[in-house]
Amino acid sequence: MEELSRRYGPVVALNELTLTMAPGELVALLGPSGCGKTTALRLVAGLEEANGGRVVFGGKDVTGLPASKRDVGMVFQAYSLFPHMTAMQNVAFGLTLRHKTADERKNRAGEMLELVGLSGFADRYASQLSGGQQQRVALARALAIEPTVLLLDEPLSALDAKVRSRLRDEIRRVQLEIGITTLFVTHDQEEALAIADRVGVMQSGHLEQLGPPTEIYSRPATPFVAEFVGLTNRLAGEVKFGMVEVRGTQLPLVQPNAPTGPAIALVRPEAVSLAAEAAMGNGPLVGTVIAVAFLGATSRITVDLGDGVTVLAQMPTSAAAATPAGTRVRLALRDDPVLIAREEKASGDA
Amino acid sequence: MSKSRRLKLRIFRVVVLLLMGAFFLLPIGAMLEFSTRGNDVTSPRTLDAWVRIAQTPGLVKGIVVSLQLAVITSLGMLALLLPTMVWVRLRLPRISRIVEFICLLPLTVPAIALVVGLKPLYVWVNINVTPSVLALAFAYLVLVLPYSYRALDAGLAAIDLKTLSEAAQSLGAGWGTVMLRIIIPNMPSAILNASLLSVALVLGEYTVANLLNFQNLQVEVAYVGLTDANTSTAVAVGALLLAFVLLMVLTLVGGRLQQQHYIPGQRA
Amino acid sequence: MRDTPAPTTAAGPTGGGRRFPLSWIGAVPFFAYVGLFLLLPTAIVVIGSITAPGGGVTLSNFAGIDKPFMSKVFANSLGVSVVSAVAGAVLGAILAYAVVTGNPNGLLRRSIMSASGVLAQFGGVALAFAFIATIGTTGFVYVFLKSHGIDIYANTVWFYDPPGITLIYLYFQIPLMVLVFLPALDGIRPQWREATESLGGSTWHYWRYVAGPLLAPAFLGCTLLLFANAFSAYATISALLTNGSNYVPLQIQALLTGETEQSQPGLAQALALAMVLIVVVVMTLYALLQRRTSRWLQ
Repeated sequence: MEELSRRYGPVVALNELTLTMAPGELVALLGPSGCGKTTALRLVAGLEEANGGRVVFGGKDVTGLPASKRDVGMVFQAYSLFPHMTAMQNVAFGLTLRHKTADERKNRAGEMLELVGLSGFADRYASQLSGGQQQRVALARALAIEPTVLLLDEPLSALDAKVRSRLRDEIRRVQLEIGITTLFVTHDQEEALAIADRVGVMQSGHLEQLGPPTEIYSRPATPFVAEFVGLTNRLAGEVKFGMVEVRGTQLPLVQPNAPTGPAIALVRPEAVSLAAEAAMGNGPLVGTVIAVAFLGATSRITVDLGDGVTVLAQMPTSAAAATPAGTRVRLALRDDPVLIAREEKASGDA
Repeated sequence: MSKSRRLKLRIFRVVVLLLMGAFFLLPIGAMLEFSTRGNDVTSPRTLDAWVRIAQTPGLVKGIVVSLQLAVITSLGMLALLLPTMVWVRLRLPRISRIVEFICLLPLTVPAIALVVGLKPLYVWVNINVTPSVLALAFAYLVLVLPYSYRALDAGLAAIDLKTLSEAAQSLGAGWGTVMLRIIIPNMPSAILNASLLSVALVLGEYTVANLLNFQNLQVEVAYVGLTDANTSTAVAVGALLLAFVLLMVLTLVGGRLQQQHYIPGQRA
Repeated sequence: MRDTPAPTTAAGPTGGGRRFPLSWIGAVPFFAYVGLFLLLPTAIVVIGSITAPGGGVTLSNFAGIDKPFMSKVFANSLGVSVVSAVAGAVLGAILAYAVVTGNPNGLLRRSIMSASGVLAQFGGVALAFAFIATIGTTGFVYVFLKSHGIDIYANTVWFYDPPGITLIYLYFQIPLMVLVFLPALDGIRPQWREATESLGGSTWHYWRYVAGPLLAPAFLGCTLLLFANAFSAYATISALLTNGSNYVPLQIQALLTGETEQSQPGLAQALALAMVLIVVVVMTLYALLQRRTSRWLQ
């Protein structure tokens, strides 16, 4: 898509978004609600009309085509199965519209149901399927018509956590198996990072950053991306000589020309390490552990620095065992490049 | 949605609403026109018919009787139905289907058929007791059951009856206190809704009263209409407009009560 | 009030022992009341219809229905009910669709719903007067049209005939349809239309394969409800047709209140029972269709 725009009255939902996807690629659009990601998807689907820009599929301009002529497969958030049809009939519906013979329909729909692991449920109605199963049927239905592009509009957000991660992996498996170009919209950063080849983080109608999940996480291009993807500590510091000084530690900057002066540095919890106060030299950062949250392989520790500021640190659970709540600890910040938060926030938090 | 479809839908809506509006407003307008008509088409507009309402003793009596019946029926309905529905939900959930079935039964027994069965009862009562028109309330209570049941059922479904009453009882409240101080204050819009539906039905009731030989508002209106159609039409359109006002008030008040219900802290 | 026997929560399966369970006490007034004023009258109708004037069981009352005159009466009633139900359902569904495609919290929708609530109950004398004042022979619209050269009664004054009655009934049938059909329309999810489009379907396909079949049971059920509603209606025709009794309810009235030699309570009860039976059958079908609808369109 090129320079897609969409306005609702004075509200610009999508501002000249340009995104090119490679064949067979899965791109996730990630952002808070109202950031324009769903609008972008619906413009690609043809369910809404663009105010400007073009949508091109494999060199063919489809901007003027209605949804029914675009050959896109679409999976909605929830409740999109036709309740008066069985799973099989739902999957076969697109083929019925394409005047395929009964045999063709049956074979293809059966294949698709098998692909999503629901062969045994062909005769069930939507009300007799769980939420996760319904979404799998919806996926099979979208794929049955052999679309050019697969569009997924928060397909997992109505499911509970366990089903969600399983179905997420399932979607990825099916997508790789068929090799279909896929656009996946979500507000869940974990989901986006886990499933996509590339993630596009969106805010207020434009793309903040587009890149592989690892890059998005470890080298966020903007403060918004840093804060939206993963947890961050907001620490007051001062920018000088191309570095930022945070509580006695000099850290390199992502933005080389950040203005000199007081600033808020965004530090990932993994970049914070702890040691019992006595054990580690005489670094300037000391505090008291006030909580240890066990997350499985890693643990997240909350440290009170004594002046009302708390810092999150994340580390392997085995390492965290050394510093239970109440321990006095010394903190060290790894010298990864850090981002400086925007000014208006800095003044409030400092 | 594409632009052309949106435009088509818009045109469709405007056309439908205009035609339907005309169909439903014309008769009301015609009634207003008719009730202000003079002796013949050429004579000037007059409010004589409206003035004559107050001068027709039968109509005045009919209005008073129907209002009394409306109040008695509404209160009786609440006193009979609400405690029963609460009790059944809390203590006898397995008969809730039966209660629902009975309450909806009057929908399948046409009023005219019900009257056939009620007639002997009323004849028997009239022989033994001085007949009073207010006895109609007994029959009306049956007629309003389906509508009141649905309104109250919706209200009860919206509150967590079991937890509320158990909480109140654990604090030492008896059944009466639970009903009056906990349940009723928590479903004002449903109670208002049920009552107003009953009032509307009673004010418009004609079948039962006519066939049991009682003179309520509608029977009087029909009777007066035989000799003075203008005055009867004035009463009829007046009652209709009153019903509209009542239901509009209900919609507005109901909407506000509902909001209070869902936004905690607004209630203080 | 506080002496509620709390420990005897007999709601469990053990509650239905030989003794009258205490948990039934709260339901007694209700059952006593409906027993006396709803179930007893119904029983009187049923028993009365099969009781001979001198006592003893008989079916002779129903023989009275099987007369040419009575068939005409039933045909009139059924005809008006069917036509007003079908026309009311179609027009009401169109109006409901126009409402549902607007703002769900808008003033228009709320006013139409309130107005429908009033008008669906509007009947009897007032409705009769409303149409007399509109298209009666001195009515506003009739006079207006006639003065412009259109005489809607050029051939015959059909106002008091079945076509006229049907038109009048639409005044409460359409609003009733809006009230009962709107929830089904609300249950139609926009995703279904979008899914149809993305699968390559046109608007016609959507109505033909998705919305049509989904709404059909609700539409049919609501039509049945409208039929029962018209069939049971008495007040309007009674006020409109001051003489003659060409409809079932008017026959019942005549038989019930007529002069001594015309008064045949047995036949009245038989007619009433026939009405009840027709309405019961129709309402049962309605309930079945409604159940299917609620499974599809919550």
